[in-house]
Amino acid sequence: MASKSFIKFNVNGRDVEVPFDERESLYDTLRNQLDLTSVKKGCEVGECGACSVLINGRCVDTCIYLTKWAEGKSIVTVEGLKDEKGDLTDVQKQFIKEAAVQCGFCTPGFILKAVEIVGDNKPYTRDEIKKLIAGNLCRCTGYMNIVTAIEHAIYNNMKKQGKDYKLADNYKVYLDQGEEAKNKMTDELLLHQEAKDAQVVKEIFNNK
Amino acid sequence: MFDIKSVYEASSVSDAVNHLKQDEDAIVVCGGTDVLIRVREGKDAGKALVSVHNLAEIKGITMDSNENIIIGAGTCFYNITNNDIIKANLLSLGEACDTVGGPQIRQTGTIGGNICNGATSADSASTMRALDAEIVCVGPNGERTVPISEWYTGPGKTVRDRCEVVTKFIIKKENYKGYFGYYSKYGKRNAMEIATLGCSVLVKLSGDKSTIEDVKIAYGVAAPVPSRAPSAESFAKGKSISDENMYIEFGKKALSDMNPRDSWRASKEFREQLIKELATRSLKEAVRRAGGKI
Repeated sequence: MASKSFIKFNVNGRDVEVPFDERESLYDTLRNQLDLTSVKKGCEVGECGACSVLINGRCVDTCIYLTKWAEGKSIVTVEGLKDEKGDLTDVQKQFIKEAAVQCGFCTPGFILKAVEIVGDNKPYTRDEIKKLIAGNLCRCTGYMNIVTAIEHAIYNNMKKQGKDYKLADNYKVYLDQGEEAKNKMTDELLLHQEAKDAQVVKEIFNNK
Repeated sequence: MFDIKSVYEASSVSDAVNHLKQDEDAIVVCGGTDVLIRVREGKDAGKALVSVHNLAEIKGITMDSNENIIIGAGTCFYNITNNDIIKANLLSLGEACDTVGGPQIRQTGTIGGNICNGATSADSASTMRALDAEIVCVGPNGERTVPISEWYTGPGKTVRDRCEVVTKFIIKKENYKGYFGYYSKYGKRNAMEIATLGCSVLVKLSGDKSTIEDVKIAYGVAAPVPSRAPSAESFAKGKSISDENMYIEFGKKALSDMNPRDSWRASKEFREQLIKELATRSLKEAVRRAGGKI
């Protein structure tokens, strides 16, 4: 029979020691022992990303991650996110602002993936963002608002770091990729940003 | 909770081998992105897992004094794609690793597991096959090195004994230096997809970049195991890169070496078309990368 034992790790900045069954996956432990219910049980086979958490800063599916493997590691769930003032992080604020949330089941996974993406401290194009969030499924939003929220969070982070980065740069790359890419860029830009970022649209078309 | 008997976290490779030997139900697990899913499906339910997940000795990528590249079997796909040695020397392997599953899977899934599960669809396998990788495994009788050409014995089957742990892969200098590669994956989705067909080409051009000095082509899902296409390889050697027909003929020759099958993912006929098409496209792209003007 599998034995009960204790595991020590750091969860959301706090060192904890919890009992666990060695056959448990990490989300069983996080949900049942630590009541971190932002970690959602979705497909259970590593396809939907609803159970994603950050382990040592990288986004991992906890449904196929044995609790035992997390010994001594540092884990972050949505419950542990806050900015310097104890407020919501910018990633969370952008998700709210862009209405990137509908039923909310996939949202904790997406937020943590976005935190990882923003934490890379480099710009990503929309296509790159889409690839980076390919391990998270959302059945409500159609992804467009999620990509936009992440795009804005990256932009704000780059600004905060004092890096010269314009949101328009994200679209300019498409200008050199032929007619099809150019149309796609225009469509996406107009579809999700309408009047909100009129300045960005203007800037790109002026530079054309 | 997984339906497993127990989990043992090994402290070293030899510790893992000892535990595998002691329990007949024991299987080795590293990233867990295949094994734990098989457990969920009930295929490996009730097994005792011997984990090498956190073993630093089987992780990492290094270059030895002979410029051979050594890839630890426990290195996850993400770390392969983003490694500087890989980016500079084995770009197509890094790109192939970047097509496995989704980003979260690539954080935990390892190249060792990809090769050990014996799947013909494994994204890293065709490129490793083209690179003539050598597989180092440690078992109860010590260490042995198996060339990847002798590794696969059938669908999902390899020469690896249950008690053996693959520790590293060696890519010899002569098999990558001067070669430029390209990996094409065809699947119905862009992410979270098992390849309908995968094709990896490595090409070395002559000094003046006008003819093909050497070419290697390997497929996934075109046969029961990842396979090379020898007649296509011997056909293209010495041919001019500016001959459009050569690329089409290259695809036809490759098809003659392959043995695709019907599956729920695609028909045999569709796979045959893909074998030709992906060979042509991958060779062209590899030649472009090598600096050839087509």
